Amino acid sequence: MAQFRTCPDTGFAIDLAADKLIKWNAVTAVVFLLVGGLFGILVALTRWPAVHLLDADLFYLALTAHGLDVLLVWIIFFEMALLYFTSSILLKTRLAAPWLGWVQYTLMLVGALITNVAVLQGESSVMFTSYVPMMAAPHFYLGVILFAVGALMGCVVFFSTLYIAKRDKTYEGSIPLVTFGAMTAAIIAVFTILAGAVILIPTFFWSLGFIGNIDTLMYRVIWWGLGHSSQQINVAAQIACWYAIAAILFGAKPLSEKVSRTAFLFYILFLQLASAHHILVDPGISSEWKIFNTSYALYLAVLGSMLHGLTVPGAVEAALRKKGYNRGLFEWLRKAPWGNPVFAGFALSVVLFGFLGGITGVMMGTEQLNIIIHNTLYVPGHFHGTVVVGTTLAFMAMAYWLVPVLWQKELVFPGLAKWQPYLFGLGMGLASIFMMGAGTLGVPRRHWDISFADAMMVHEFPAAAYMMMGLAGISGVIGGIGGGIFILNMVSTILFGKAKVPAPAAEEAPAAPIGGAATEYGSASTLEVPGTFVLALVFLTAFVLYYFVNWKYLASVWGMS
Amino acid sequence: MAIFPPTKRVWWNEPVEKSEVLWIFIALIWALVMFFMMPYWHINGSQNLSNEAYRIRPEVFAKRTEEMAAKYKVGEEGDTGVPVVRPPAGSDVYMLGRLWEWWPVLELEKGQSYRLHLSSMDWMHGFSLQPENINLEIHPGYDMVLTVTPTSSGEFSVVCNEFCGIGHHTMVGKIHVVDK
Ligand code: HEM
Ligand SMILES: [Cu+2]
Ligand SMILES: [Cu+2]
Repeated sequence: MAQFRTCPDTGFAIDLAADKLIKWNAVTAVVFLLVGGLFGILVALTRWPAVHLLDADLFYLALTAHGLDVLLVWIIFFEMALLYFTSSILLKTRLAAPWLGWVQYTLMLVGALITNVAVLQGESSVMFTSYVPMMAAPHFYLGVILFAVGALMGCVVFFSTLYIAKRDKTYEGSIPLVTFGAMTAAIIAVFTILAGAVILIPTFFWSLGFIGNIDTLMYRVIWWGLGHSSQQINVAAQIACWYAIAAILFGAKPLSEKVSRTAFLFYILFLQLASAHHILVDPGISSEWKIFNTSYALYLAVLGSMLHGLTVPGAVEAALRKKGYNRGLFEWLRKAPWGNPVFAGFALSVVLFGFLGGITGVMMGTEQLNIIIHNTLYVPGHFHGTVVVGTTLAFMAMAYWLVPVLWQKELVFPGLAKWQPYLFGLGMGLASIFMMGAGTLGVPRRHWDISFADAMMVHEFPAAAYMMMGLAGISGVIGGIGGGIFILNMVSTILFGKAKVPAPAAEEAPAAPIGGAATEYGSASTLEVPGTFVLALVFLTAFVLYYFVNWKYLASVWGMS
Repeated sequence: MAIFPPTKRVWWNEPVEKSEVLWIFIALIWALVMFFMMPYWHINGSQNLSNEAYRIRPEVFAKRTEEMAAKYKVGEEGDTGVPVVRPPAGSDVYMLGRLWEWWPVLELEKGQSYRLHLSSMDWMHGFSLQPENINLEIHPGYDMVLTVTPTSSGEFSVVCNEFCGIGHHTMVGKIHVVDK
């Protein structure tokens, strides 16, 4: 029989089994962020030409470990915590089959440990993409497979919990938008993991010697069915966090349920095609296929993201205007709680994800433009704009709210927390910009020595490229310190935080929803959001200019046909 | 609020506010513009991949490359011993990638077109022509063909930008482009 406790902050009835699983998944996520982040700093210090810290073999090892531990392990463990939170807690129901949740947790942990051991043993520095025919040790693949099966179990628990909630009528009408966003992520996750199984299981058998040969092109097409779709899980989960934070902080209601849900739906309908982004300059694939798939059929998934880009800040604007910050275009923005890490992390995540991750991703996913970008350092620059200052920062912001609430403890370093989102967001944001700059000058990704000291023939990159690499190194380390402060704060809070004194208001009316004040306005009577609209136009202008600048740059290179 | 069920049970026929409608419209137009830029460039642009490719065994590709190199060799690149090859304009020219070199060095004429064949002998490699910044993914077993027309002369490097093992950062080749 499931047991519940009532959350003194929110009034939610929290299933104790879900509570425990959320905590363990979140803590494990943070530990792997620490490990992966340390590897990231080592990598950054090696690519900073003046420092050039690690030897070549250790560099490639550290880069493999960095990619796996942050992109897979940190993010997916945190997403498991989010799946349980958005199903069991938001729907006020018990978690279906907590035992299966523990199977999820154990498989993912064991898988992550096995793969890390394989990488640290040194025979598996194949990068997280593990392109054939470069072979890793069999347990490298085995670990990833176990991890993925675990994640699949997490999705099963999530869907079963949705089913129980519906059957037991624990909520009225439709599921909340945030849960809908999480459901989008979970549906994409199922597709993604299946694509992963199709490619990784044969690769595992190949590494054991049971399969003779794996076609490299086929591998890349299917592997990116896993690799790219999994980034769309991140986008959906991150946007669900955005809506959640807007609701928690301001009682913000989506401008229109219909538009926001349709935008999520676009992800499910069109994102599965995205593996094409990664094979735009590979041999033997037709341009028609590339164009249709890289644009997710007419850029409809991009359209989905552009809609969220308006509706998320729009919901905040509407809520704050409702509270009286109504002067001019931007009073609501000026008076927003910039010193609250939940808000600061959220706001930076929205802005940086759009400008750094979004615009560049669509640009380089254009069939011909990819020619001047592919496999340069521009690519890591782009995805530190998506998955670091977008997803990771959104998850950090969420954690600033979730950890004190779930553990019922006060943050240990509130002063540091105020600054942390800026340090991490701006540090990593600049690192991402400088990596893109170096990539534009031709600097390759995953490369130990762009001075080619041991090479038979040498290419000399321009001085500007070296400068960019130095700046990327410095900003990466600054961002890394920002990440470290987050981890320090979370771990100290969980271990040593003072017990929270429940807010008096909450004691009187424990069932009162957070921020209930501003919830009552329907879409039709919603205030207009002129400030957000202006910001959206600024974004669009930057997008259009940047997009065409790159066509111009493409037009200047050698003719190809 | 987004963490609670929609306040109105029937949320799907609520009217949508007008700045949102306008944004949907603008974003959709932009999505279509971006989509049609790609076919447009196939018609009016000069930088498109042909996507012509053949399956080929690495030995066969190596043999063709060696034949071309023997026939049109004009010198050696510095003291590396790698032949510099100057095939006639318009012909089929070959460059292979293997751990860890691009072979041979090509000498091309500015303004002339060549059918460039690229393939790998072993693992995947990244053909990154610098400082032009043209980047292609090179697979073993696939003969990738594209017609290139150098529009600038000088010395160009081919840097490997697909991770190919411990010597990856030493894998550099050359293409010389000479004025006629
Ligand atoms: C501590 C902060 C971080 C620093 C200093 C950092 C720095 C770097 C650098 C310099 C690279 C190498 C680029 C190259 O040589 O190709 C890299 C790669 C990468 N980073 Fe980070 N990063 C950080 C955090 C993160 C986080 C939080 C994520 C994901 C959530 C992430 C995901 C990746 C991925 C997926 C790669 C590509 C690995 C590969 O090419 O196989 N990084 N990072
Ligand atoms: Cu190579
Ligand atoms: Cu390489």
